[in-house]
Amino acid sequence: MNFGRFFRSTAGIALTAAFLIALPFVAAMGGQAWVRILDFAILYVFLALGLNIVVGLAGLLDLGYIAFYAVGAYAWALLASPHFGLHWPIWAILPIGAALACLAGVVLGSPTLKLRGDYLAIVTLGFGEIVRIFLNNLNSPINVTNGPQGITLIDPVSFGAFKFSGTTQIFGFALSGPQKYYFLLVALAILVIIINVRLQNSRIGRAWQAIREDEIAAKAIGINTRNLKLLAFAMGASFGGVAGGIFSAMQGFVSPESFSLIESIMILAMVVLGGMGHIPGVILGAVLLTVLPEVLRYGVGPLQMAVFGKMLVDPESLRMLVFGLALVLVMRFKPAGLWPSPERKRELQETGK
Amino acid sequence: MSANLPNPLLEAKAVAKHFGGVKALQDVSLTIRKGEIYGLIGPNGAGKTTFFNCMTGLYVPDGGGFVFDGAPLVADAPDKAAARGIARTFQNIRLFGNMTALENVMVGRHVRTKAGVLGAMFQNAATKAEEAAIRQKAIDLLHYVRIEERADDLSRNLSYGDQRRLEIARALATDPKLLCLDEPAAGMNGTETEQLRELIDGIRRDGTTILLIEHDVKLVMGLCDRVAVLDYGALVIEDVPAVVQKDQRVIEAYLGA
Repeated sequence: MNFGRFFRSTAGIALTAAFLIALPFVAAMGGQAWVRILDFAILYVFLALGLNIVVGLAGLLDLGYIAFYAVGAYAWALLASPHFGLHWPIWAILPIGAALACLAGVVLGSPTLKLRGDYLAIVTLGFGEIVRIFLNNLNSPINVTNGPQGITLIDPVSFGAFKFSGTTQIFGFALSGPQKYYFLLVALAILVIIINVRLQNSRIGRAWQAIREDEIAAKAIGINTRNLKLLAFAMGASFGGVAGGIFSAMQGFVSPESFSLIESIMILAMVVLGGMGHIPGVILGAVLLTVLPEVLRYGVGPLQMAVFGKMLVDPESLRMLVFGLALVLVMRFKPAGLWPSPERKRELQETGK
Repeated sequence: MSANLPNPLLEAKAVAKHFGGVKALQDVSLTIRKGEIYGLIGPNGAGKTTFFNCMTGLYVPDGGGFVFDGAPLVADAPDKAAARGIARTFQNIRLFGNMTALENVMVGRHVRTKAGVLGAMFQNAATKAEEAAIRQKAIDLLHYVRIEERADDLSRNLSYGDQRRLEIARALATDPKLLCLDEPAAGMNGTETEQLRELIDGIRRDGTTILLIEHDVKLVMGLCDRVAVLDYGALVIEDVPAVVQKDQRVIEAYLGA
C-alpha cells in the first residue's frame, strides 16, 4: 500500500483530518493530562522534523539541538512575562525567537564546518550544554534569565482577545486550553511537514543529501558545502526556536532543567528510531517516543497489580527499563528505523538475504 | 615547451606541489586545447592524480598556477572550479550512494541553477519550471550515457560499469568546458572499455574538451589527440601519441631503466 498516495487522495485527507480533529476529544475522556501528552507529541514532531533537516538530510550529527529550542523558549519567556514587564504579541516574538535560534545555529555551524560524524557530535553536545549552563547562571550580575528558578507567569499564545489558556466555548463546544494548543500545534506541524517535503525534493535538499553522501564529490560538482551546511544548521535551528516559543507559552514556565542533554538525545532518537531522512518515519518516531513512556507510566503500575496482586517493581524505574529495551530491540531488528524510506528498506532487504 | 599553442583551454604554468619532503609535482607546465582529448599518463605515483586535484581545487598548489578559458583559475575551492566549467570523475568512484541515479545527475545541475530555500517552500512558477528543466536534463543525460532504465535505482546498487557512466553523466550535468576523467577504464573488461571509448569520443564530438588520466596505454594512444607523460612528478614529454610512444624516456619510465 502506498501511504504517500493515500494521504494525498481526497478520502485520505478527509480521514486523516477527521482523525486529527477527533483525537483531542477522545483523549480528553481519559483526562486533560492525555491531551497535554498529545500536545507534547506534536511539539516533538515539530522538533524532530527540524532536526531531520540537519541530521537526516544534511547528515550533520547534532547532539545539541535542544539549545535552539531553549533559545526560542527563553526568547518568548523574556519578551512575554512579568520578568521584564514585557508583553509583546505573538507575531513579534515568534519571528524574533526563530531569528535568534537561527543566529545561534550559524554561531554553532561556522566553527564546526570542517568537522563530521563523531567530532561534530562532541562539539554540538558541548554547545548544547554551554547554552543550558548560560541560562542557569545568567542571573548575576544582571538578572537576565532568573537562573535555576526559571521564569514564571509567561503569557499564553493569544491572537487579540482569543487566548489559548483556559476553557472557551466555541459553537457550543467547550474547548480546554490543551485542546486549543493541540489545534495550533497540528496546524504548525502540517506547515513544517509541507516545508520538509518541499525542501527534500528541491535543489537545496538534494545538495544537502549530496553533502551527506560524499562531501568531496559534492564539492567537485560545484556545491558550496560551507554555505549549505550553515543553511541546514540555520533552518533546523529556526524550527527549534519556534517550537521553543510555543513550549514556553504552553507551559507558562521555563527553567534550564527542561533543556538538558537527555532532551537532545531523545529528539535524535526519534529521528533515528523512526527512519532517518524519511518524513513519515520521523513523525512516527516522535509520536511513539513521546506517548510510549507516558503509557508505560500509567500502565505499568495497574498491570502489575492485576497480574501479581502487588507492586513488584517500582513503576518509574520499570518504565525506563521497558523503554530502553524497546529502543534496543527496534535498532536490532529494524536498523533503518521503524518506517524507513522505500529505497532504504529495499536496500536493506537486498543486503539482508 | 607547450607555449603559444592555438586555442588553449587550460594552461598549467609551472605547477608544483609538495607533501612534506615528497615532490609530488615539480614545475609541470602543459596546455590543453579546446576540443581535444588530452591524455595524462605515467607510472603509479607519478603525480597524475595530484595534478588533477590541484587543477580542480581539491589541493592548493605550492607553486605556479593555471589559466582556464582566458582567466586565471583561483583554485582554492572545488566548487569554484566547477562553476568555471571544470568537471571531474574520481579514480575510486564517488557517487551519492543512497540517492537514485536520476537524483545523482540532478544534483549535478546545482551549480547551473539557482532556486533557494524560499523558492522550495513557496513553489513559485520559476522554481517549478527550473525543477522540471533539471529533471528533463538529467533524464536526457541518463539516456546519453545509456543507463536510463536504471534511473530510479539507488546509485550504490548499479553495476560497476554503470556507476562509471553515471559519474560521467553527473559531471556532464554541470555543463563543463573541460571534463576530467580519472582512470575511467580502471577495472573494466575489453568490451566495457570499448564502450567507454565510444562514449568519450562522443562527448568530445559534442563539443566538450576532455582530460583523460589513464593506465590503459592502448586506450590513451587510440583515443587522445595529444598525450603528456609524468614521471616522479615531472613532465617527461607532451606530444602526439605516435611521438610519445617511441620516446626513449617514456619507455624507460614505464619499463624501468
